[in-house]
Amino acid sequence: MAATGPMRRAHRLPVAMVVTGLAILLLGVALASLSLGASGVLPWDGWRRMLTPAETAILYNIRLPRLILGGLVGAGLAVSGVLMQGLFRNPLADPALIGVSAGAGLGAVTAIVLGGLMPVTVQALAGMYMAPLFAFCGGGATTLILYRLASLRGHTSVTTMLLAGIVLGALANAIMGILIFIADDRQLRDLTFWGLGSLAGTNWAKLMAAAPILILGLAAAPFLARGLNALAMGEPAARHMGTPVETIKRGAIFAVAAMTGAAVAVSGGIGFVGIVAPHVLRLAIGPDHRALIPASALFGAALLITADTVARLIVAPAELPIGILMALIGAPVFLWLLLARRPGTGM
Amino acid sequence: MIRAQGLGAVLAGIDVLRAVDFHANPGQITVIVGPNGSGKTTLLRRLTGDLQGPGRVLLDDAPIGAMPPRRLALRRAVLQQATQVGFPFTLREVVRMGQEAGGQAPGIVAAAIAEVGLSAMIDRPFQDLSGGEQARGHLARVRAQIWNPVTSGGACWLFVDEPVAALDIGHQIQVMDLLRRFADAGGGVVAVMHDLNLTAMHADRMVLMAQGAVLATGTPAQVMTDGHLSAAYRAPIRINRAPDTGVWLLPQMAGDPIKGQN
Repeated sequence: MAATGPMRRAHRLPVAMVVTGLAILLLGVALASLSLGASGVLPWDGWRRMLTPAETAILYNIRLPRLILGGLVGAGLAVSGVLMQGLFRNPLADPALIGVSAGAGLGAVTAIVLGGLMPVTVQALAGMYMAPLFAFCGGGATTLILYRLASLRGHTSVTTMLLAGIVLGALANAIMGILIFIADDRQLRDLTFWGLGSLAGTNWAKLMAAAPILILGLAAAPFLARGLNALAMGEPAARHMGTPVETIKRGAIFAVAAMTGAAVAVSGGIGFVGIVAPHVLRLAIGPDHRALIPASALFGAALLITADTVARLIVAPAELPIGILMALIGAPVFLWLLLARRPGTGM
Repeated sequence: MIRAQGLGAVLAGIDVLRAVDFHANPGQITVIVGPNGSGKTTLLRRLTGDLQGPGRVLLDDAPIGAMPPRRLALRRAVLQQATQVGFPFTLREVVRMGQEAGGQAPGIVAAAIAEVGLSAMIDRPFQDLSGGEQARGHLARVRAQIWNPVTSGGACWLFVDEPVAALDIGHQIQVMDLLRRFADAGGGVVAVMHDLNLTAMHADRMVLMAQGAVLATGTPAQVMTDGHLSAAYRAPIRINRAPDTGVWLLPQMAGDPIKGQN
């Protein structure tokens, strides 16, 4: 049978090539991030000469943990985006846009403001994990409520998802406002620092608090890939193809809440990573989640490390909040997505 | 075989299916017909487990509700009425999902696409295909999942909801022939159909539904009587034979030359 009409073939790049390219890119920006900064010390200086204690501290206690955290947060946010988009069958879903980040933020703010009211034993046990843990709960609750609302009439409605996300985000922000209102001076300082959406002040302790949760979410994501592919055809069709739909949905919500929660707890609100990375990669290698998830992790990490490095340098010695930079890149991409979407694809 | 007893379904407080008994044999095409809103699709959704309700469905004496989705996917595939693909997957990728779900060999993907005559579109984004092509593309996915009509576990099943509704007459015949070959090779087909002519041509057994209940079952000759159809569709309907004169367009007249094309 002859082909009819002027239809396009899907142009795809080889997955192996793209993933290798992204890995090299990530390595490159990581080295650049380690090398660039207010101090002129370079990572390979250590082989050529003795580093001064100050230089050692800059490289290993300031730049390195910040680099690793930036990479993990970028990967976590990008993969969160992929998972949410797969769950909602829609490329516009992003944790920051539909209130999940706000919910996680509410959790983090609650931990900062009300954490002191908790029994001392709880404080001692939870310690530095308190903010990420609370952020995880806030993000998880928001995702869950959102999914219930968006699929209320038996199918996931995108309009409902976006609107409910805006409302939930506003609600979370309002409660955050109340908490900030009752916060004391020391807590306010913590909150301002946190709310800037920045990786500034990252140290090994902060990295150790967030890294396990981020890594857990990243490690879980590939197991959801095949199920998310099937879910692109809707829940009944996925079930007919043998997908354990409820398990996949719960897994995706859990992983998104974990990664967004941890990311928000350590870096405040950084948006659009979860939209930009998956969108560009879907154009390059197609929507198969088995390739999209690892590729998005690499791209998200490279993207955030680049943005963070630029944020550190552009107004040095001050720092631009990285959230602002990401929004400057992400907002136009989102608009492009919105205007280029196909009619009748349920978006 | 597929056996169901006392199937019911309540949608929005209304009994849309009332105590329906149903069975379908492997090696046959069993067609469910009836007017709009008679419960055809609801019955199919109860049979495939999409909808819960009173009564139970047995596949070779095992209740399908208790079978793990993975295992059930190896025995039966389901073609829904309209399935939208959420991301720009290509036709090949969509059909591959079926192939993987059914644990089939990778080569099945191209064969299933060729079977519905879409080989030229194999690397096109699924969303760019026309409505009729998408319908056939999903049929290819379903076939890639259940490729062999009979496996060591028993006969395999295709549940298809209006498989030819979006198709032109040539492709209607192509799809019905595909289902016929599957049944002739020992597989079971349960189809919801609107077109009574095609049903008369291809069904081995018919189930005529009206107002959520079964009005008549049997061979097309037994079910398709003026009385049954007029009662079900609440309109005077008369069964006819092809006339000798005048211009008629009847799929019954389609000969073998078309069958050989794809």
